[in-house]
Amino acid sequence: MIPPAFDYARPGSIEEAVRALADGGEDAKVLAGGQSLLPLLRMRLAFPELVVDVGRVPGLSGVREDGDTLVIGAMTTHHDVIHDPLVRRHAGLLAAATATVADPAVRHRGTLGGSLAHADPAGDLPAVVLALDAELVAQGPGGRRVIPAREFFVDYLQSALAPDELLTEVRVPKADGWGFHYEKFHRVAQSWAIVGVAALVRRDDGHIAEARVALTNMGATPLRAHAAEEALAGAGDAEAVARAAQEAADGTHPAQDTSASPEYRAHLARVLTGRAVLTAAGMG
Amino acid sequence: MTETVAREVGRARPRKEDAHLLTGQTSWTDNITASGLLHIALLRSPMAHARLTRVDVSPALERPGVVAAFSGADLADGLSSMPCVWPVTEDIVMPDHPPLAVDEVRHAGDPVAVVVARDRYAAADALEAIEVDYDPLPPVLDLESALADGSPLVHSDKGTNRCYTWPLKTGEDFDAVRARAEVSVRRRYHQQRLIPNAMEPRAVVVTPVAASGEYTLYSSTQIPHILRVLLAMVTGIPEHKLRVIAPDVGGGFGSKLQVYAEEALALAVARRLGRPVKWTESRSEGFLTTHHGRGMIQDIEIAAKSDGTLLGLKVDLLADMGAYLMLITPGIPLLGAFMYPGIYKMDAYDFTCTGVFTNRTPTDAYRGAGRPEATFAIERTMDELAAELGMDPVELRRRNWIRHEEFPYTAIAGLTYDSGNYEAATARALELFDYDKLRAEQADRNARGDTVRLGIGVSTYTEMCGLAPSRILRDLRYAAGGWEAATVRVLPTGKVEVVTGTSPHGQGHVTCWSQIAADVLGVPFEDVEVVHGDTKAAPQGMDTYGSRSLVVGGLAVHHAANKVVDKARKVAAHLLEASEQDLEFTGGVFSVKGSPEARRTLQEIAFETFSSHDLPDGMEPTINAEHVLDPDTFSYPHGTHLCAVEVDTETGQSRIRSYVSVDDVGKVINPMIVEGQVHGGLAQGIAQALFEEAVYDDEGNLLSGTMADYLVPSAADLPEFVTDRTETPATSNALGVKGVGEAGTIASTPAVVNAIVDALRPLGVQDVPMPCTPERVWRALRSAQEARS
Repeated sequence: MIPPAFDYARPGSIEEAVRALADGGEDAKVLAGGQSLLPLLRMRLAFPELVVDVGRVPGLSGVREDGDTLVIGAMTTHHDVIHDPLVRRHAGLLAAATATVADPAVRHRGTLGGSLAHADPAGDLPAVVLALDAELVAQGPGGRRVIPAREFFVDYLQSALAPDELLTEVRVPKADGWGFHYEKFHRVAQSWAIVGVAALVRRDDGHIAEARVALTNMGATPLRAHAAEEALAGAGDAEAVARAAQEAADGTHPAQDTSASPEYRAHLARVLTGRAVLTAAGMG
Repeated sequence: MTETVAREVGRARPRKEDAHLLTGQTSWTDNITASGLLHIALLRSPMAHARLTRVDVSPALERPGVVAAFSGADLADGLSSMPCVWPVTEDIVMPDHPPLAVDEVRHAGDPVAVVVARDRYAAADALEAIEVDYDPLPPVLDLESALADGSPLVHSDKGTNRCYTWPLKTGEDFDAVRARAEVSVRRRYHQQRLIPNAMEPRAVVVTPVAASGEYTLYSSTQIPHILRVLLAMVTGIPEHKLRVIAPDVGGGFGSKLQVYAEEALALAVARRLGRPVKWTESRSEGFLTTHHGRGMIQDIEIAAKSDGTLLGLKVDLLADMGAYLMLITPGIPLLGAFMYPGIYKMDAYDFTCTGVFTNRTPTDAYRGAGRPEATFAIERTMDELAAELGMDPVELRRRNWIRHEEFPYTAIAGLTYDSGNYEAATARALELFDYDKLRAEQADRNARGDTVRLGIGVSTYTEMCGLAPSRILRDLRYAAGGWEAATVRVLPTGKVEVVTGTSPHGQGHVTCWSQIAADVLGVPFEDVEVVHGDTKAAPQGMDTYGSRSLVVGGLAVHHAANKVVDKARKVAAHLLEASEQDLEFTGGVFSVKGSPEARRTLQEIAFETFSSHDLPDGMEPTINAEHVLDPDTFSYPHGTHLCAVEVDTETGQSRIRSYVSVDDVGKVINPMIVEGQVHGGLAQGIAQALFEEAVYDDEGNLLSGTMADYLVPSAADLPEFVTDRTETPATSNALGVKGVGEAGTIASTPAVVNAIVDALRPLGVQDVPMPCTPERVWRALRSAQEARS
């Protein structure tokens, strides 16, 4: 549990941070809350030459409204996200899912932006921002860039951020009027999800008008269950939801690990999608 | 004999140990430092089995901060093979076990080189510079194919992977009783490998004194005394020049009942360099190299009459030794051998265990050590027999257990259980559990075809603990004895020091031994200090494991304190000019019967023995007493555990809804400590049933090598336990006490798995392998469904 040697920079502004990253090139890593990076360093699974600690950069945390959008600073801790009144009112799915992340100690240190930039498909929040159709804002030497969540998660532990870009904020469209639920399936409270399902449902006249379903840990990136989403439109009872949920694993490529096989994960995705949607729709 | 007034024993005293533990004023081994301290890091094999064709440590010497580096060959001279003290049979295969691999590595994590540097970081970085050539050999991983002709060999010079075969046949011939049985049930169970996780990882510090050739070794160990003897043998350092200290030790669960290569290497390096050295294990290093527990395949067969009366039991074990024999590796299954018959009467018992070498981390003691495995097999099979007979599993047990009026009872495996009341413990458990109501709910859910099924698991147990009568250990070919030593000193001011040979690492001996001594001596609890864990301050002892500390070490304290009172009585009689028979001793005061004004306190007598101005003729000054106790028998706690589990048949997830344990550990010194032991034991036993497993790939790499993959449950994953006790005093010792440290672990694993299988039996499931992960439950349901359709 001894990390390899690395250089350390602690910039005081976004501009300084971006410059440090640009200077470090491919071998620089951003340190946010440290809840993913530090274990990787200590287990010698990551060997950055330079660690850029953005913990003292002002203006990177907090939640504000911008019209129909919530703007959440990338360094906002999980704990603050869970308890933020704006998030609870307009993006309840995010608050609810964040409350299932790891344990209280991690939630006080870990940040929303850090968790997303880490792009771990087993993390809970990537699927959640995917379901929310959020946008991620990056700052680089060339200026500011807005990346839709559906383009942000590129591959396993790989985001669309360039090595010299810093994730600064997450823009979440207000989901007022949508029912939501995050169904996390794990073996012990502190372990990662074997499968997680983030569901947002808009109902109209007793039927599901529109459903968004995103899956945690069903592939190299978080995934939208498009086939299930389409099949859910118009569903009016539990039976119809369960039928539509059968399509939740379509197009997924879940991994084999010590917790579960791909086959079982696909089964779980179907069962849990049914449950998440029913709960989100208030039909459960 | 003195009449003891129990003012302290039986009280739920908060632990004396806790104040310093909770306020961070601890001295863990890793906190210990010395001037000029050097840090050791070990390069470990990434392969399960390979020939070492080249180990070149010289590039590491070029790295900044590095003071020295050694290969196995470099250190081979001053170190002998690591010890195994339990050669269970005459023809056991005992392979060489160099502390640092010399020509072959035999499990992933086997150490191949040592770097010594000025700080821990420099040492860790320099490991990368060492050049090693591995010539891969086929790994031996499966217990059954390891024994087949033509299998690759873990130790090629031995010609076999069979370590030993140990049989035990008692009563009638099993085949004969099976021939007359009306029903028999045969099952196979797998005891998955478990990886002990003490809160404090292993650590060792050695400080040498070059001029005198003396060494002090601090280690996070359960066994400072045994360690001293054996490290003296391994390193050649004379025993009287080696002091071993176990400072604050943060848990062990058997994993620190060991003599580890790192301890021998730290001594060897300190001797070579004449400098103090430290090694602290990282958690992931611990997963690979701290010994593992369990790891068995159990074939078990019960023969019975159609009314459920047991006739005989046959058990065939394959036990995974791992790559080497550690301190007591071969003996672990034998600690279970006597417990497969459990609390039941029968006519025949036929047991065989075969130890098998594999290219995995060595196994050894883990909480319960052999007895949880045995209890699991018999209790799971009793449920299977009950199902076969269509009988309530509690009723089946009732028909077969030893009745309370039959004690002392010599059970089929040859052990004489001194006391017990299985009826009382079971009745209390059923009452607390609300058994009939849960059975009704279960029937209702089954009738409705509920997707969430309810299962009820029962487990009864007894165990042999309080290790151990030395003559029995001799008969089992264990190299040492099972006694324990205590010294009680009353200081001139009347304060008391208790020196114990037990070595607590979380159990609360300081509190309990204070309670025992305070009652015998009639002094306040606060006036007693307990000294332990240092071979200089507490020179004699056999240390802490096997639920032995109270029933051997605590008893020794009791007897030593009584010897102090006996001497004090002589002094009091002399001072009061009375005969000893005319003296009463209560509350720490001797008084003459009928003239209560004629009195002397123990404190006054202590000062008198210190000044020695007026002692009886021929009496030696001071008032200290020692007692070394070799127990006559094992200790036999017992109990009944009941578990209700809800199983989600759609996901396979099992959730413990309620858990009731009623344990009988005889007289209780401190009920709060007993409850803590039971809670921790339950958590560990439930962990085996549901969560924990060492998983390897086909090449022998450990896949569950971190806390992210090896799931140790926390409070959030466990139910609220309902724990209670019945109290049937042991008749084998003066305090009436029995061991408690392992009880919860032994009973709980089968209770949970029985509950899961009970929930799913109406759906055609007969077994779920441990740990009963959601996927395994789902697969068991799916196979059952396919079999039916």
